[in-house]
Amino acid sequence: MELICPAGTPAAFREAVDAGADAVYCGFRDETNARNFPGLNFSREELREAIAYARRHGTQTFVALNTFMRAGDEEIWYRAAADAVALKADGLILADFGLMAHVAERHPEQRLHVSVQASASNVDAINFLVEAFHAKRVVLPRTLTIADIARIAPQIRCEIEVFVFGGLCVMAEGRCSLSSYATGKSPNMNGVCSPASHARYRQERTELVSELGDYTINRFLAGEAAGYPTLCKGRFDIADSPAYAFEDPVSLDVMGEIDALSAAGVSALKIEGRQRGKAYVAEVVSTLKKALSAGPEQRTALLMRLRGLSEGQKTTSGAYEKRWR
Amino acid sequence: MEFPRALAIPLAYMPLAAIERATGLLFQRLLKEHPDLFERLGEYKAKRFAFLPSDLPLAFIVEPAGPSIRVTRKPAMQDLADASVEGPLFLLLALLEGRCDADALFFSRDLSVTGDMEAMLAMRNALDGTDIDLPRDLSRLAGPLAPLFGRMGRDIRRRALNNETSSWN
Repeated sequence: MELICPAGTPAAFREAVDAGADAVYCGFRDETNARNFPGLNFSREELREAIAYARRHGTQTFVALNTFMRAGDEEIWYRAAADAVALKADGLILADFGLMAHVAERHPEQRLHVSVQASASNVDAINFLVEAFHAKRVVLPRTLTIADIARIAPQIRCEIEVFVFGGLCVMAEGRCSLSSYATGKSPNMNGVCSPASHARYRQERTELVSELGDYTINRFLAGEAAGYPTLCKGRFDIADSPAYAFEDPVSLDVMGEIDALSAAGVSALKIEGRQRGKAYVAEVVSTLKKALSAGPEQRTALLMRLRGLSEGQKTTSGAYEKRWR
Repeated sequence: MEFPRALAIPLAYMPLAAIERATGLLFQRLLKEHPDLFERLGEYKAKRFAFLPSDLPLAFIVEPAGPSIRVTRKPAMQDLADASVEGPLFLLLALLEGRCDADALFFSRDLSVTGDMEAMLAMRNALDGTDIDLPRDLSRLAGPLAPLFGRMGRDIRRRALNNETSSWN
């Protein structure tokens, strides 16, 4: 199985390639991708150099154009797609059906992947995208169990990529409005979830208080592992006791199930984290690369060292091993 | 690893001008090695950033628009910066080099960030996107002794980061 790795800067990109990534995914420095954070992402020239570097090392480059186009401003996304094609990106990761149609029509030779943001999670939806826009791969939303994936795989006519490590969303990818509700900005339209412009941290006696817009998201006790200030991972007063209403501040780690994922028909494993630093990229990519060729017992030991890099310093297998309804 | 207390205490009594002059020299050297250090900051270049080593009695205020660096004694720097990051000196230096993951250090509470989060995020990404190697970059100030100072710097770095689980190479 291929290992698909994140990069938010050229330095992180080189780390991913050097650590053994089969492909690196990245985005332009604007709202055309879902990690539109200040100081992050690639200029056209940086992407040209990154693709050349990757190619010299036998690594592919995928460009994420996975936000939804704003009516009247489609040209921003069309230009980004044309530039990525001209720079010879190996694949474009798209979420907006309109952009998929545009790429399929104007750049028919370009390999097209369906972003997790497109929320294509059933056989009909995926096959529609394959037939209509010639999608070659679908990144499945983190809503499916491994058994679900095994049922879907033989019925669809494209490759399957799944997230195996990193930040975990609230399982409504491409449709989540929590960030919009609190800040007016979303990963779907603006490329930012819980934007830093609306986030604040302050020390209140021994507690670290995180806030997003007008909302208090969490109060971390002294020494308690902290998380991102997102509504989905907020700790709220529910029936007079503080509890995580949506989900705990944890990260995804399903690398312990890679044999099952392979048997289910998955052909590529994706690491989340374009917003993370190059140290994270280097550590996670090199460890997961080793884990892919290690036996189950060694794999567990290898993966344990990544827990410290995770949100809340805890990990979960999420919906892949869903035991709830 | 914390900065040795025996070395930190004298800093509280040394003339600030001397400390600032030495810091400014190192800062200018870094800018010479990496002229595009603050390029990724974009509009946040106009902000002021405080780096607060929790094991030193000093605060370092960086103004990328200058570019310049100021040194003040703690805690008299509250209003001098738009955004602040606080943590042990060696971790701050490791962040400068991109050798530790800032989010992981934040999750583990080794690092705290206050003020304009967007500006600090831009600064984090700007530093992370630059290939800073402090022993290599700063030892060049030592002229013919650069290899010796470089080796010493690398040795100190290795010892300082040896116990940090989220550091690499």
